[in-house]
Amino acid sequence: MNQYIGKAMPRYDAQGQVTGKVRYVDDIKVPGMKCVKVLRSPVHKGEIRGLDFSRALKVPGVVGFVTAQDIPGKNAYGRFQDMPVLAPENRVRYRGEPIAAVVAADEDTALEALSQVRLDIEEQTPVFDMFEAMQPDAPLVRHDSKSNLWVHYPPDITEVTMVKGQMDEGMNQADQVIEGRYSTGVQDHAPMETNVSVAYRDEMGRLVIHTVSQTIYAHLGMLCAILAMPMSRIRFIGGRVGGAFGGKNDIHTDHIAALAVLKFGHPVKYRLSREEDLQFTTKRGAFVLDFKTGVKNDGRLTACRIDIWHDTGAYAGMSPYGLEKCAMFAPGPYDFPHIKVTARTIFTNRPISSSMRGFSVINGQIASEIHMNRVAEALGMDPWELRFTNAWRDGDQGVTGYKVRGAGALEAMKKAAELAGIKLPDKLMSMSSRGRQAS
Amino acid sequence: MKKTGVGMCLVLHPTGRKGGGDPSQAIIQLKPDGSLFLKVGAVDLGQGALTMLRQVAAEAMDVDIATVYASNRSDDLAPLSAGSAASRVTLVDPHAVMEAAKDLRAKIAAFAAHRLEIDVENVELADGKAFAKDNPHHHMTFADIGMIANLGEGVILVGTGAWQPAPVQGHDPETGYLDQESVISFGCCVAEVAVDTDTGEVEVTKLVQVWEVGKAINPLMVKQQINGGLQIGMGFALRENLFPHYPDPAHGIESLADYSMPTFMDYPPELIHGIEEVPHPMGVKGAKGFSEGSATAPGPAIISAIHDAVGVWIHEVPATPEVVLRALDAKEHGGATDYWSHQDRSAWLA
Repeated sequence: MNQYIGKAMPRYDAQGQVTGKVRYVDDIKVPGMKCVKVLRSPVHKGEIRGLDFSRALKVPGVVGFVTAQDIPGKNAYGRFQDMPVLAPENRVRYRGEPIAAVVAADEDTALEALSQVRLDIEEQTPVFDMFEAMQPDAPLVRHDSKSNLWVHYPPDITEVTMVKGQMDEGMNQADQVIEGRYSTGVQDHAPMETNVSVAYRDEMGRLVIHTVSQTIYAHLGMLCAILAMPMSRIRFIGGRVGGAFGGKNDIHTDHIAALAVLKFGHPVKYRLSREEDLQFTTKRGAFVLDFKTGVKNDGRLTACRIDIWHDTGAYAGMSPYGLEKCAMFAPGPYDFPHIKVTARTIFTNRPISSSMRGFSVINGQIASEIHMNRVAEALGMDPWELRFTNAWRDGDQGVTGYKVRGAGALEAMKKAAELAGIKLPDKLMSMSSRGRQAS
Repeated sequence: MKKTGVGMCLVLHPTGRKGGGDPSQAIIQLKPDGSLFLKVGAVDLGQGALTMLRQVAAEAMDVDIATVYASNRSDDLAPLSAGSAASRVTLVDPHAVMEAAKDLRAKIAAFAAHRLEIDVENVELADGKAFAKDNPHHHMTFADIGMIANLGEGVILVGTGAWQPAPVQGHDPETGYLDQESVISFGCCVAEVAVDTDTGEVEVTKLVQVWEVGKAINPLMVKQQINGGLQIGMGFALRENLFPHYPDPAHGIESLADYSMPTFMDYPPELIHGIEEVPHPMGVKGAKGFSEGSATAPGPAIISAIHDAVGVWIHEVPATPEVVLRALDAKEHGGATDYWSHQDRSAWLA
């Protein structure tokens, strides 16, 4: 019997990685390959009045420009199909939004050409604060929407609601109610490999794209829609990625590289500089979370009320999905009999928020756990005991009605205490996630 | 002056995509020399998906792992995977590999039965051989089978497999109801910090992070994930904010020179990981996946340790030196034991 599951083995491809033999997308060179760079919005919000490439086209080595007019299919992509490839209808909604792409002999030429583009843009009033953005008279980030709130359930429900039991009743049963507001910042994935694509047509005329995508088939489907091409006409090569952390769950370069090949025929590389990657790709977006927790003096939790606001930037990215995940798991691994969570996704004029390691669950959890330690403090109870008392056991039910199986919170805590050299009382150490004995 | 404190937290991480869908596929081919080629769709972005799935394939086929070559290149004829996201690969993709192995084993058994002239029910596959259960000496190696099938009889021996946890399902708009099986792993973290009350800097001096992962298919890579996720977790909790004056976009970060990501030099001198296993009925051998959670667990433990050290609960992350100093100031001058920098912004209290 050859047994390998459960065996500590060195990474299959480690040798190639550490000796530099692994070939990443940026290592690929194709004869005649040109460079793509993107003209980005210099303002947070505006309408483009004029776009004149004539001077830029005279820069030696410039092949030409790609604009929204060159897109054969849909100028929209993403999980919610709401992100434009290149600024549509001459509108820009965040600083750094792609407007047009230049194809040139090399990076210096491309940058020189971009500096020669005459962009006449009428700046409009942006909104950055999600609470201001929710006011009825706030400037609209998206002129064609009714408000700055994402519609989670069409036609018009903007608030995500998750309910278990009767929250008010649970609060009435509590001896103490502890409240708190928490917020989280905007974080970048900053993988070692920035977003990059190499694209060309092969000898059969088929479009080849070397990608750093984390979600290859989803992105291939989106590219087919943008390029109006069947899947079998695109050879989408990936699998080897130099770090992603959720930042390559959205397309950043493949679509624009492909459009450049379709328009001009040259093989191209489109690589984001570190500065572009840091400022203009998708981010972990900001959250504000309100927690209100009801608890008995003996430490049993009775109810939990959570309110969540999420700043998704100018487009949805994957944020609405992440927000729902945040709401679904923000109460944490605890057996609350009564829960109510409400949450919403709000547009502002900032770069797009989307997935990042711990996608939105991390935001709910950090608030929930700081809050839980404040609950323990209010009770004068050891934070370990509060958790041992309330952590999920097999069969407990989460806020949306799912049943917990394979519960392991108590086992994780026992091990952590042991490794940290913390001696927990026998009363706690004798507990198990397999059931909750009446104490 | 440096003040020390300790804090703990318990977090969860749901694995697999919320609401189902989430398919993965795998292909295993028996080559003419008896070696195996495993093709999977899972992107390897450094997490080690290929290594882990190769282990699953070698065990499922019951062969020496050295005879298994694995590729995840999404070239032509590549199997599909819904993506390397949502900590889903360890939960979902091993099932696809198991299904592919089952399919290939059945085909190899049928071919061996024909060549060995025995009933297929009498064929057993073990350790890279097919043999008669009632007479183990009557056997063929995978090398024999690969050679004769591919080159002698013109047969292709390929197993395919596909799997997904559940069909696609959405929330009920009014109640949020979604009873889709959710596989959840659990993390517990204990952090010790030293807070410099003059500069506001927080140093993590010791960190214990334990994950209950169902089954660690490769405990070495689980350890690497736990300790690797700490980098993003520490950045999230203490340092990284692309908009330091959020929601105001002024002074937004434009280069890494101004974006103070933690490096290994900032790692706690005492770093301890732990793995616990409570098998989940949905996972292959109980494996749940967990990896994104390793960024989640450190934060609350660190913030709680800061409270233990200086007596203020910080309500926002990142708890940069500026935030810590302002919190200390609020405590010293107003006796505040809770600090949130946006308290004075009326819009944020609406």
